[in-house]
Amino acid sequence: MGNILITGCPHSGNDAGMLRQIIAGACVESPHLLHVLHILQQKFLHVSETAIREVSAMLALPYSQVEAVVEFYSFFHKTPRGKYDILFSNCICCGYLVDGTDLMAMFGRRLGIVAGRTREDGLVSMDQTSCIGMCDHGAALLVNGMPVTGLDGSLLERIAILIEDRVPLADWPSEWFQIEDSIRMSGMLLDHEMPRGDSLRAMLAFGAEASLNEIIQSGLRGRGGAGFSTGMKWKSCRVAQGAAHYVICNADEGEPGTFKDRVLLHRYADSLFEGMTVCAYLIGANLGYLYLRGEYRYLLPHLQSVLLLRRETSLLGTNICNQPGFSFDVQIVVGAGAYICGEESALIESLEGKRGIPRVRPPFPVSHGYLGQPTVVNNVETFVAAACVVQKGSTWLRAMGDEVSKGSKILSISGNCARPGIYEYPFGVSIRQVLEDCGAADTYAVQVGGPSGVLIGSPEFDRRLGYDDLPTGGAVMVFDKSRDLMAILVNFSRFFSHESCGFCTPCRVGTVLLRDRLDKIFSGRGAQTDLEEILHTARLMKQYSHCGLGQTAANPVLDGLQRFPQVLEKFLLNRDFEPDLDLDKALAEGRRIRKGNDGIACADRGGQ
Amino acid sequence: MMKTDNRQDQAARNTITIDGQEIPFQHGQTIIDAALEAGIYIPHLCHRSGLSPHGSCRLCMVDIVDRKETLGDSDRRREGKIQEETRSRSVAACTMPATAGQWIRNNTPELNEARKVITQMLFTEGNHICPSCEHSGNCTLQAVAYYLGMLDGHFPPFFPRRDLDASHPTVMLDRDRCILCELCVRASREADGKNMFAIAGRGTRARLIVNSASGMLADSDIEMHDLAVHVCPVGAILIKEQGYRVPIGQRTFDLHQVEEIDLGKTIPPEMGQK
Repeated sequence: MGNILITGCPHSGNDAGMLRQIIAGACVESPHLLHVLHILQQKFLHVSETAIREVSAMLALPYSQVEAVVEFYSFFHKTPRGKYDILFSNCICCGYLVDGTDLMAMFGRRLGIVAGRTREDGLVSMDQTSCIGMCDHGAALLVNGMPVTGLDGSLLERIAILIEDRVPLADWPSEWFQIEDSIRMSGMLLDHEMPRGDSLRAMLAFGAEASLNEIIQSGLRGRGGAGFSTGMKWKSCRVAQGAAHYVICNADEGEPGTFKDRVLLHRYADSLFEGMTVCAYLIGANLGYLYLRGEYRYLLPHLQSVLLLRRETSLLGTNICNQPGFSFDVQIVVGAGAYICGEESALIESLEGKRGIPRVRPPFPVSHGYLGQPTVVNNVETFVAAACVVQKGSTWLRAMGDEVSKGSKILSISGNCARPGIYEYPFGVSIRQVLEDCGAADTYAVQVGGPSGVLIGSPEFDRRLGYDDLPTGGAVMVFDKSRDLMAILVNFSRFFSHESCGFCTPCRVGTVLLRDRLDKIFSGRGAQTDLEEILHTARLMKQYSHCGLGQTAANPVLDGLQRFPQVLEKFLLNRDFEPDLDLDKALAEGRRIRKGNDGIACADRGGQ
Repeated sequence: MMKTDNRQDQAARNTITIDGQEIPFQHGQTIIDAALEAGIYIPHLCHRSGLSPHGSCRLCMVDIVDRKETLGDSDRRREGKIQEETRSRSVAACTMPATAGQWIRNNTPELNEARKVITQMLFTEGNHICPSCEHSGNCTLQAVAYYLGMLDGHFPPFFPRRDLDASHPTVMLDRDRCILCELCVRASREADGKNMFAIAGRGTRARLIVNSASGMLADSDIEMHDLAVHVCPVGAILIKEQGYRVPIGQRTFDLHQVEEIDLGKTIPPEMGQK
């Protein structure tokens, strides 16, 4: 993959001729807007106004659409980044604060850079980014899109030396870029050996109608968290009228604490594409998309090679498995840093080369999806499971799990436990069991399903994973008694305010209000009224937001207030009300300029 | 969307109930369009009949109430009086299609309180300086705030820094007041056929941009008669050299409730042209 070899140069980013050449080259590979912008970002370290103009002309898109997209996604920049662009994860489990030391600040001091800025000489830039899915590997960063995990002071020092010496990324120790799959406990799905193409052959032997019924019978439900019946979704799409049907795999797992797709994409890509191909046959699609989160771009060469192999073995392309008329292929589109694109309709918007804004539903994607056509969107794990069901039959899945939730769930477990990693359990397993298996001791709280999920404490550890009790996309973040839960709530609230798409008022404004209110309490300036304010804002967001992001963004703080009120209360001042305006902070700059002398203006405060 | 407008076709009409009042709707109509047509006001900012539904401001949130199963379809209305309200969910009236038998709550203290808070949020995130705003009195945001009894901004203001575009000879863009309702975006695309505006960015950094090479209005094809110039519910898009032609105190919402204007009970001369 190119991005470790190309050395970007910001200066030619305004040369129209040069730009046209690069854009034309990018279009050969894929004319998708996100792809073209990625190539430009890589080559010129930013996407200039001139570049936007050229892209808009060459792709025949409105200038405003290209500009809107550039500004929407975190990985595109209108001003040049450094030749080495460092993004520290700010996740509570793989972030730069995970070991109690501020690694980003340390790195910044070492290299003389400030977060969010590019160093004067243009060599290096540094910033923070939302969870990059490396929670089983300790503190992690992306350097020019490539993940480096297990960060500590000494590793960062070695990185700093390589950067100062301008050593190309390709010559960095390759073991730094090795990401372990860390499967700790496998079950029916991960243990299942499926020779390439077996599922397709089974489906063709069985027939479309019967195979679809088998999936319905199996009770397979979407593994992304919402839990809609997979078979029913496919059936609705199959009967929906449209000029074309599409299969989309949602591999945009952005929920902090989730990394199971990383492992599935790495190790079970064949099964995933097989599941998509099965779906294509059943709904009558000729084209599918894998929407890969930008943070997992490093997996792209591997995924492309699997696709190539499948094309070569007649498992993709025309007349698949020698079945006349069975044609299907998969294209991969890589995101560019936007959590909201994990929402299926926002993902479709992004696939269409737009900002990732969730659509109004109904209509749902099964009837009006990609390009307005009937579309199935499922998550990685769902497609893998569907492929297995078709091969093994519905009884295979029904043998595991409970009445409501059939089969197994793959969990990404991280945080304070001895063995973080991937665990597969039959549905119905208790949190207590999970904690025991991953070696968690002294557990204080568990965030099930990531920040948008549920935060529970020890009285609820006997609750079970499943669609009727604790539904989850797969993230289990474990926090022991050494952790400050308040800091975690603050972290989550920052995450949501950063990731809100800005479409609807309650979420756009509410996430910022919650963040600021929690910051105020965390800084020791909160009073009782601030808790009431949080409750009011949180309830409003939950009830009136446009999509799941806004509706769940307040979950952590609501759960915190309900189950761990002492965590917030211990930060409160012993008074009912404290003004939002922090006078000392407001005066700080003036005082700095006047060298600490408030004069008579604020004698009462400044003179304290 | 598509207006079939065959009102004679009574068979195609059905009814929904808003705050106990049964009203007709046409197939494909949203709740808000059915309500406005029937003379029921639902507060809104990003909606305008004739432009595609949007659902972003969230002021038109209503509750659709599920009621206990009826014993039979034979006499639904009589049955309705003794039905027990079981569950309710909040939906945007501007995007939710009306379907036969919907039982909707609209003008309730709870909903109006939520709408007031959402309005406060809109004031909080922008720079709205009503006393010195040229649009004061003609501003729907302001009028809705009065309607909902909003007396203060409540939240700590964000004081964002936003660009102003006065490059065009007749039209001005003051982003300080923009509430991201996208009425101008849709009007330009759907009514004017120009695609003059878009929203760029994310979260509170989302901003209205102009579809021209320089990003400035001066280089755009915008014209005075474009609907996009006139749909702004706040003072973000202003027409130059018309300021204070109508004195403050005699403007649309100085003389009328927002409800009257939206229901078309009173069409003031300056708005009647559109």
